[in-house]
Amino acid sequence: MRLYAICVYLFLYIPIGIIALFSFNAGRHASQFMGFSTQWYGKALNNPFVMDALETSLLAAFITACLASTLGTMAAIALQGVKGWLRTLFDGMIYVAIMIPGIVIGIATLIALVTVFGWLNPLLASLWPDGANPPQLSMGMPTLVAAHTMFTMALVIIIVRARLSGMDRALMEASADLFATPWGTFRQVTLPLIAPAILAGFLLSFTFSFDDFIIAFFVAGSETTLPIYIFSSIRRGVTPEINAIGTMVMGASLLLLVAAQLLLRQGASKSNS
Amino acid sequence: MTERGRKALLLAPAGIWLLVMLALPLLVVFVFSFGERGAAGGYVPAFTLEQYANLPARWTAFKNTLILAPLGTIAALVIAYPLAYFLAVRCSPKWRTSLLILVIVPFWTSILIRSYAWIFILGGRGLPALLESIGIDDIRLINTPFAVLVGIVYGYLPLMVFPIFVSLDKLDKRLLEASADLGSTPWRTFRQVTLPLSVPGIATGCMLVFILLMGEFLIPAILGGGKVFFVGNALVDLFLQSRNWAYGSAVAMTLVVVMLVTVSIYMKFISRLGGQREDVSLM
Repeated sequence: MRLYAICVYLFLYIPIGIIALFSFNAGRHASQFMGFSTQWYGKALNNPFVMDALETSLLAAFITACLASTLGTMAAIALQGVKGWLRTLFDGMIYVAIMIPGIVIGIATLIALVTVFGWLNPLLASLWPDGANPPQLSMGMPTLVAAHTMFTMALVIIIVRARLSGMDRALMEASADLFATPWGTFRQVTLPLIAPAILAGFLLSFTFSFDDFIIAFFVAGSETTLPIYIFSSIRRGVTPEINAIGTMVMGASLLLLVAAQLLLRQGASKSNS
Repeated sequence: MTERGRKALLLAPAGIWLLVMLALPLLVVFVFSFGERGAAGGYVPAFTLEQYANLPARWTAFKNTLILAPLGTIAALVIAYPLAYFLAVRCSPKWRTSLLILVIVPFWTSILIRSYAWIFILGGRGLPALLESIGIDDIRLINTPFAVLVGIVYGYLPLMVFPIFVSLDKLDKRLLEASADLGSTPWRTFRQVTLPLSVPGIATGCMLVFILLMGEFLIPAILGGGKVFFVGNALVDLFLQSRNWAYGSAVAMTLVVVMLVTVSIYMKFISRLGGQREDVSLM
């Protein structure tokens, strides 16, 4: 059993190890190791295209994660005990959001927004006073965040709802019986219990947005996210620079995960004391 | 504020967001799939079934997807289950969190980079060169369905491990002890207690992986070398290269319908398994 686990971990980590190893390659060729060097890290960090793409990705991921975890949690809490058409509508849309492949969401969002913007832009232009530049709606950061938030919000609703349904409802009823306001019950009973689920939802949303290539490929417009940059670089042939970028992203993710874990533990020990 | 008003206020943002960014775009795809291609690409309103009649032109993409997506899901399940079991049941709690994080970390890194790593391993100077040195010649791995399958399993393994781990972790360990106390062999305990109780995790994992695979674009694009392509690759081609929105919409609608049908059959199957689980818990 333990041996098997070790094998799976090797399967998971050997490719990553190879990427990390080749990122220190002194040679220009991606497939031959020519000695140790950190030059590619310097090149990547000084490449304005890489830095722009990174900034775009981080910004989109952060806004997406904030919106998705807030709106998703709100909806999950409100959906408790809701029945009828509203429930059916929400469950249906969440189901569809999870079910539909990202690529279909990407193209659907693209053609829908391009069509809607095609109607709205002349309208806006006619409403604007002469001489002033009317705003031009187009694909970009807002559409990227909107598309990512749609999908990740559905994920957050599912995660938080699962946590809520596993919760002892008697706790909330007890709180209400003890004359806590709904907000007080939420803050002092519900929130501490569902906090790990919200944090997990936040991290998942951030990761999804940061890692997503396919939806961004269609809806990001002229914005270049890091995955889009990497994909187009791989198409042109890979340099160790891409390996260096990958290694750095991996290192950063690891730090973030450790930090999240520490935060969670701290939260747990606090609530115990 | 009334309970109703509060609920409406909490639900409104998410509801509107889903309507505008999900329901509306899907409706547009549905409508466009009955339209015609404009002279310079894009879409011209019409009502025709021509696009659907043209679907057989992309049959290869559908065939590849419908073979490799289920195969990849099963392969991922077979590899993931023992690991999830080890993490949830066998592993000492001291190590559990760290080992679990180690499963998730690869998932946090760009799937692009990770898929690309397999070009090194499966390419001419990787495994084939190694196999040649032990006497197995002329093995071609990269740009084959096998390479795509490896990429799939590698890419989505964490997504399969996690839900299974969660369901096994929630499982009341006293049930296992009870089963052993009542004289069950470890295998029988596994088959009659552990496995049925982890069905929800298996179902979630398979569903997540399968859904992602049906729309996969990147892995075939990187490891299939244009020879093994999925419906996703056909869609990118139709929307971004030939700008044939109407035909692309028809292909997308067909993909969604095929998926809905497959998944609902699968759900029926799973709920039947769930019925068995009820029996076990009653025993």
